Amino acid sequence: MNATAQRPPALPARATAPRDSVRAWPLRDQVGYYLAWIAGLALLAIAGSIVAYMAYRGAQYFDLSLLLESPNAEIDQSASGGFKDPLIGTAMLLVMSTLIAAPLGVAIAVWLTEYGRPAGLARAVESAIEIVAGTPSIVLAMFGLILFQEWFGFLTFDAEGSTLGRSFIAAAAMMSLIALPLVVGATRESLNAIPRHVREASYALGKTKAATIRRVLLPAARPGIGTGTALGMGRVAGDTAIVVVLLGSTLQIINGTDGGVFGLFRGTGSTLTSYIYLNSPAGEGLAPEKAYFAAFVLMCLVIVLNFVVTRLARGRKPQWTR
Amino acid sequence: MDPLTELDRRDEDLLRPPPPVRRILVDEQPTIVQAPATGTVAGNGAVGIAAAPAVRRAEPSPAPKIERMRAEAVSIAYGEKLAVDKVTIPVRQGEVLALIGPSGCGKTTLLRSFNRLVELTPTAVRGGRISLDGEDIDAIEVTALRQRVSMVFQQPNPFPMSVFDNVAYALREQGSRRPRRESLQDPVADALQRAGLWDEVGSTLDHPALRLSGGQQQRLCIARALAARPEVLLLDEPCSALDPRSTQVIEELILRLREEVAVVIVTHNMQQALRIADHVGFMYLGELVEYGPAEQVFGSPREQRTREYVAGAFG
Repeated sequence: MNATAQRPPALPARATAPRDSVRAWPLRDQVGYYLAWIAGLALLAIAGSIVAYMAYRGAQYFDLSLLLESPNAEIDQSASGGFKDPLIGTAMLLVMSTLIAAPLGVAIAVWLTEYGRPAGLARAVESAIEIVAGTPSIVLAMFGLILFQEWFGFLTFDAEGSTLGRSFIAAAAMMSLIALPLVVGATRESLNAIPRHVREASYALGKTKAATIRRVLLPAARPGIGTGTALGMGRVAGDTAIVVVLLGSTLQIINGTDGGVFGLFRGTGSTLTSYIYLNSPAGEGLAPEKAYFAAFVLMCLVIVLNFVVTRLARGRKPQWTR
Repeated sequence: MDPLTELDRRDEDLLRPPPPVRRILVDEQPTIVQAPATGTVAGNGAVGIAAAPAVRRAEPSPAPKIERMRAEAVSIAYGEKLAVDKVTIPVRQGEVLALIGPSGCGKTTLLRSFNRLVELTPTAVRGGRISLDGEDIDAIEVTALRQRVSMVFQQPNPFPMSVFDNVAYALREQGSRRPRRESLQDPVADALQRAGLWDEVGSTLDHPALRLSGGQQQRLCIARALAARPEVLLLDEPCSALDPRSTQVIEELILRLREEVAVVIVTHNMQQALRIADHVGFMYLGELVEYGPAEQVFGSPREQRTREYVAGAFG
């Protein structure tokens, strides 16, 4: 019964180089091929050297106690303290701007994919998102400054009667505009990936559109919402222009006039990015070494956020056939 | 090549014994299993399990036939395009009604009009009357109607939640997570049992539904559709994405279900219609060309178009 399987006969040797060998390609294609390789490797080298160099410079001033000390604007670097306040400032801006951008972005995405009528209005909303996404953050910052000086002064730091238009609230509001398009984009993409028959299956059970969105579509889009939010947080953590303009150049967190939590939100302070900027030779250059360590910390933070993005994007997306 | 010679060659191919079946065993040399004895080669070239068994008709259900729905002179158009043209057809409990016909003949549109799902298409307009237990379905609140006339789709589409919550979704109020699990335990278990899925998922109700196999997912969708105890179950090609084994399981399920709900199934598969349908409606270009008992539509169709379609589909 069990005859052994026969090996297929060896292929005859080829007289010419196989067609699929790069050497057989026209010169133009060969050049393109090797350039593509070089480009990829070069990018790898650049990314690697950024991480390695920042780790090296950061390690020179590696001191965990810096994370727990408040900064001082001292000429002597040894007396200039750590960057506890910038860390808290970054965390506050991340949380506040995410709390604004995520619900708003999801709502816009749901409206666009599930309602989107009249069509002209939907197109206008789409363009508005593109405009916000394309606006440089310094422009958003200037816009925010006017907005919070002229109309929302009560939400900003009160410097002895004169409104500067600066506060955590002002910075977070403008920061949320940076994150918003990313949340909208990723959420829309995952809502669009849900086949029509899944929505219809919910309607066919006698459910309303609202119930379908809440219980079926949003849970299915959760990985996308998470991806967009994490991407947005990465951008918020890294933005400098809005911080410098709307949070000011104080290193320490200064409570708004009335104290308490609202006072904190109305207050000003700094973030890792403004700390790096102010302490580097580009700013006042008081503590360049500490700036390197802060830069290293910031880079780690953003890398972690990007890692989260990748994990979420790969995560358990519901798979349906169209 | 000359067509006649080609035909000759085909015949030769059929007479030749089939190639040996190759069986691959893990960690063993590949072995060649002896070809089946050449003597069993049937005239049509089919051998062993590959042979299509003669289609077995299901026994008619002993349950009494009760008319639940009725379409009367129903026409549906998408914009200018007429998709369903003055169709009159009854839907009875105690039997399976199969709608057959070529793609684009309007059978799915007709099916979707029974639970007013067709209204989701903005351009769709409908004329004629559809009744559920004598009541015009346009007079019934649409969410209430869809709980009474449930639907299962071509592609399995469980929701991204647990097996339990998928079935419970149909039972809970709009978008609510309540009532809580305890009070829904029995109806959920009951729906899963009626869909023949309980033995497979009864102990893993908390697992995500999308981890189930395709056939299990489709039976979960049937359980979900049955949970609210509908009077009519609409099935839109429910087996076309499934393997033959799952198809068989679902067909057996449909035959059991026809006693408690009226079943309408749209299918492209003639043999499936022959296996499970009690009545068959053949649609062509939006018209209901022929409607009658399955034996008659398949065995001695009155209409020329039916005869051609049925014959063509069987080869």
